[in-house]
Amino acid sequence: MECQYPLMPGSATMPVATNTSHDVVYQLSGVSKTYARNAVHALEDINLTLGKGSFSSIIGSSGCGKSTLLKIMAGLIPPSRGRVVLQGRPVTGSRRDIGMMFQQATLFPWRTTIENIVLPIEIRDGKAAALAAHEPARALLELVGLKGFDKAYPSELSGGMAQRAAICRMLITEPAVLLLDEPFSALDELTRDFMNMELQRICTSRNATAFLVTHSIPEAVILSDVVYVMKPRPGRIAEEVVIDLPRPRTLDMITTPKFGALVEHIRGRLDKETFI
Amino acid sequence: MTQKDHAQERGSDTVWIEQVAWIDRVPRPVAMAFVFAVFVGIWHIVTQAGFVSPIILPTPGETFADLVLVGRNLISGEYMLAALWVTLREVAYGFAIAMMIGFSLGIIVGETAFGERAIMPYLVAIDTMPKVAFAPLFIAWLGFGIESKVALAAFIATFPIVVGTAAGLHSADANARMLFKTMGASRLQTLFKMKLPTGLPQIFTGLKIASVSVMAGAITGEFLGGGRGFGELIRVASTQLNTPRVFSLIIYLSLVGMALFGTVVWIQRRFVFWHKERVVGGDL
Repeated sequence: MECQYPLMPGSATMPVATNTSHDVVYQLSGVSKTYARNAVHALEDINLTLGKGSFSSIIGSSGCGKSTLLKIMAGLIPPSRGRVVLQGRPVTGSRRDIGMMFQQATLFPWRTTIENIVLPIEIRDGKAAALAAHEPARALLELVGLKGFDKAYPSELSGGMAQRAAICRMLITEPAVLLLDEPFSALDELTRDFMNMELQRICTSRNATAFLVTHSIPEAVILSDVVYVMKPRPGRIAEEVVIDLPRPRTLDMITTPKFGALVEHIRGRLDKETFI
Repeated sequence: MTQKDHAQERGSDTVWIEQVAWIDRVPRPVAMAFVFAVFVGIWHIVTQAGFVSPIILPTPGETFADLVLVGRNLISGEYMLAALWVTLREVAYGFAIAMMIGFSLGIIVGETAFGERAIMPYLVAIDTMPKVAFAPLFIAWLGFGIESKVALAAFIATFPIVVGTAAGLHSADANARMLFKTMGASRLQTLFKMKLPTGLPQIFTGLKIASVSVMAGAITGEFLGGGRGFGELIRVASTQLNTPRVFSLIIYLSLVGMALFGTVVWIQRRFVFWHKERVVGGDL
């Protein structure tokens, strides 16, 4: 039914089929963004397709346009050209079916953890709906391993726990796509590895469609089905690397030759053109 | 006992006592009482030795005696209580008006680009003026009654509230703004659910500064515009060269000021429980 890709004239890369499903959730075709009256090309001809339940990452150096791309996908800024379609509807502003997460947990210290989690419901549907959402919110807390912390204030949570709560807040509206902007890069490396595995578990259990922006090649490889390598000036996708490691992924895989080869390959693509 | 003795007592040569200088170990009440005693002691010596005329500086004893006298007058509800009531009303009305205008202007300036571009420059210009200089104008416009004092008190106290509110609204970080945008929050929702709560610490800083300056405004107004307030009592006592009276009136006024400041701090602690403030004065 919906597994048919619309034909995109001039698209450089054809969307890849992901290993989970062929249903298209999110599609960008020919997206460009220019600033300062077309003087600055932040993004040029971005084409990508996120299949239902797939995990994709985008990797590139600072200033390659990753953040701009993510903001366009979140409906925070408009593209200059191209089409941005989520679940068959063009994205022209913030949407309930988009969940987003940042490097900082951004929990509000005057709200308890559960009040922070139901905040998106409170904003969109009012206080009564937010109160009704406490039950699913508690279920989410249990999913991320924060059972019993619903009445704790953010100051009582560690960095990793705060990001878990942020995951719950992102999931509470049951979004169709999760946009993750370097979600664990402020955490220490041990916590970060662990949280990445947790993220995989949570995404798998909910069959979530995720799109991750990261600076870390190993992180992108261990989590993703597809890694998009971006080049700057103008920001464009240089290569689409399919990660065919088996699932579920484990941290042990980092030491396998196959993993090493994929990391090497991506690093090579980045080295050649990014840091000039 | 030396560190070595302690160590031997516990049967280990690595258990040792961390040394804290004695001046950092004095408990607060003792330290405060000590400073007070030294201050009164020097005061006593200076006045006893005859360095200064008793008209310029009364002895601690005289001042204390007058403190008791004024206290009795206040408790028995005589003319001083009436005067204190006048000043209290001036301060209360002045503070209320300053909060209304201050919050409104602060939100306009902090929330809208128009306010920041078009109104803030004028506020800064007025704020740099010596505001006490406006007192004669207020007296000319509003007369010698309580109104002119309320106006001056409010005028002086408004600016710190505007600045605190505007700064508070700007203190929300980019992530929080972006988060509210992704949640599809309206401007009012963003203001009331995120920007205002985030800015409460700064808003209360403005309120604390205002609570101090509103007293100064009311008393200055009374000095310059007469009336029946505490400021007038001070002015009269000083023209009669009754220096102990001036001192004791100032001390009672400072109690009122502290009560107002303390109330603001107390409300802040209740409302901004998540923000641990470590600023001098916040710790009254």
